Amino acid sequence: MCSNQQNDQYFNELEEFINALPEKEGSLIAVLHKAQEIFGYLPQDVQKFVAKKINVPVSEVNGVVTFYSYFREEPTGKYVINVCMGTACFVKGSGNVMEEFERKLGIKVGQTTEDMKFTLQSLRCVGACGLAPVVTINDKVYGHFTKEMVNKILDNYKE
Amino acid sequence: MNRINSFEELQGLAQDFSKKIQILSPSLEEEIASENKRCKRYVSVCGGTGCQSAEGEIIVEKLRNEVEKAGLSDEITVAITGCFGFCEKGPIVKIQPDNTFYVQVTPEDAEEIVTEHLLQGKSVARLLYEEPTVKGKVKRQDEMSFYKKQMRIALRNCGLIDPEDITQSIGANGYLALGKVLSSFSPDAVIKLMIDSGLRGRGGGGFSTGKKWSFAKMYEADQKYIICNADEGDPGAFMDRSILEGDPNSVLEAMAIAGYAIGATKGVIYIRAEYPLAVNRLYIALRQARELGLLGKNILGTDFSFDIDIKYGAGAFVCGEETALIHSIEGKRGEPTNKPPFPAESGLWNKPTCVNNVETLANIPAIILNGAEWYSAIGTPGSKGTKVFALAGKINNVGLVEVPMGTTLREIIYDIGGGIKNDRKFKAVQTGGPSGGCIPAENLDLPIDYESLMAIGSMMGSGGMIVLDEDNCMVDIAKFYLEFTVEESCGKCTPCRIGNKRLLEILTKITNGEGTEEDLKTLKELGQTIKDTSLCGLGQTAPNPVLSTMKYFWDEYIAHVKDHTCPAGVCKNLLRYEITDKCIGCTKCARNCPVSCISGKVKEIHVIEQDKCIKCGACLTACPVNAITKG
Repeated sequence: MCSNQQNDQYFNELEEFINALPEKEGSLIAVLHKAQEIFGYLPQDVQKFVAKKINVPVSEVNGVVTFYSYFREEPTGKYVINVCMGTACFVKGSGNVMEEFERKLGIKVGQTTEDMKFTLQSLRCVGACGLAPVVTINDKVYGHFTKEMVNKILDNYKE
Repeated sequence: MNRINSFEELQGLAQDFSKKIQILSPSLEEEIASENKRCKRYVSVCGGTGCQSAEGEIIVEKLRNEVEKAGLSDEITVAITGCFGFCEKGPIVKIQPDNTFYVQVTPEDAEEIVTEHLLQGKSVARLLYEEPTVKGKVKRQDEMSFYKKQMRIALRNCGLIDPEDITQSIGANGYLALGKVLSSFSPDAVIKLMIDSGLRGRGGGGFSTGKKWSFAKMYEADQKYIICNADEGDPGAFMDRSILEGDPNSVLEAMAIAGYAIGATKGVIYIRAEYPLAVNRLYIALRQARELGLLGKNILGTDFSFDIDIKYGAGAFVCGEETALIHSIEGKRGEPTNKPPFPAESGLWNKPTCVNNVETLANIPAIILNGAEWYSAIGTPGSKGTKVFALAGKINNVGLVEVPMGTTLREIIYDIGGGIKNDRKFKAVQTGGPSGGCIPAENLDLPIDYESLMAIGSMMGSGGMIVLDEDNCMVDIAKFYLEFTVEESCGKCTPCRIGNKRLLEILTKITNGEGTEEDLKTLKELGQTIKDTSLCGLGQTAPNPVLSTMKYFWDEYIAHVKDHTCPAGVCKNLLRYEITDKCIGCTKCARNCPVSCISGKVKEIHVIEQDKCIKCGACLTACPVNAITKG
């Protein structure tokens, strides 16, 4: 019940945002950004809702959602681990770091652990190449990352 | 602050504001006079993404607290500034007027900086940069070899002014170029000046900016658009981000100038959603510029109106292509369309549109103020001015460097970049990102510009420059870039969607040790076909990393397919770890092996079970007597 109420609240918030737009034409990506900010990801019912509100076919909404890597159709875990796979990080061994995270967490890149605690992702360059290889966990940035650091860092996120 | 109603008023303000930031560019006398005593000082802390990730914000806070505790609040200003470029040694703190450049500062250093430097005028020696080549500390930025050969035009304000304070920007001549253009240039005169300057697009295409403007001006329409392409997608390039974070006003000013030149009243900045700091600074700059009447209706009291919107990208490399970018702004999938019609004729909402890249725009105010001749005197016959490169990879000084066109790779990598990390051997430098190629040592003395890079199978691209050493496998690097383009291909045209996928499959086969010489032939043929037949720049350039590494590192490909070895020791399936008779039987390797494939008794030589080995290298790292070989 509680989560339903919260869901309604989320949809209201999104609707208010859409209603306040000066123009609906061309607003799809901006609306999806907002929706993902509110819901954390873009499940099908949210995509349908957006399609109806800004009057575009739901196929078009889904086409845009799946086109851009920033949009997610699956919920993420509590902690989102991003291993930078930009060139600067790659040549300094971020591939090994990724493998180590995959091994330690028992998931592949793009997946979330069953307990919904960790999501492992790769990203393309955070622009902090001086710190390469870079790993971000939620908003925290870790520089000069080595595979030996994986265990220790994961320990910080036990809760 | 009040609206500025004329160019004259702006000039007056610029004079006043420039006095306020004079402390940031002191004369030698002022610099010497400030040493060994307490005086008015200005502390700039790098506010670029790299330094901010490394606790830059906390450093500002701690410095401010310590300044207050020491009772120095009236004479000391602590402020953030844009990226200094020397990311390798960040976070960076610069103190003026005594011209002191501190590197790798931590929040714990704040107290000492205040008690030693700000209270007594003594620099904290341990925080100064130590030049590896000359032994000894260097205090001043302009004496550091990283900066000596640089010429900063696009980055002129980065690391100087506070990007969140428009008055500092105006004090550093910000918006004076716009004022000059609006008060004394016709649109045609602006375009002529841009053509004469020789400025070419810095986003990758290298097309003449002035000509691009002239085409957009030619078409009549009730509405035209200026788009700033800030969708920096090349992994490893971060100059656009640094400019937006360090000097957003120059980009806004240049967009307004472009708008005046082509007859547009609306601008759009298309920026990656992954750049929150840059977005935030842009919003601050927009708000301040509107307040002062430097954007919006009747700019500086003239008839010219221009305003700017910000639109977010959502992570698609292909959106760097201008037609794809325009579709993305319209809220659609970012797929490119055939040109013609060019955006100059039919772009955003089918109106004439001009798309310029961030770095290109950042050059424009300086060109207008200093003249076309000044700019065209810098660089090579075909490529004028300077170029910003993001230097990264296996190099000592990772960072952003801006050098005149025609500077050699050797100067950039060795003089500015400080050479290869850990004294390893240079193997190649990759320029132009996923669209570019790898350049071998034999071309290190090549003066670089658009043409020379193209001639050797690479390209300028947006200016990413990744240095590779002997530990990097060139086949693996080619595969890395292909993985990127395959993932980023929008799928619209067949050569790019399917062809690149096939290229990647062959490369994977080769790195797995299953490649044949026939495969190498296919790689070449297919690569050339994809180049010739793809719809947009992404597909047309995607095979470049493969073709250029095949051209210059053919022997590495041959080693993979004929001898089934990876000379750099990178491709795991081709690796074999073995324990030699140097083994002392300490059992360390066996205990560190994650898959328990090492057996042996204490004080006896251990053995690796090859079938089970996952080639992680843990044993090699653990061995205290270097008894394990990799080959």
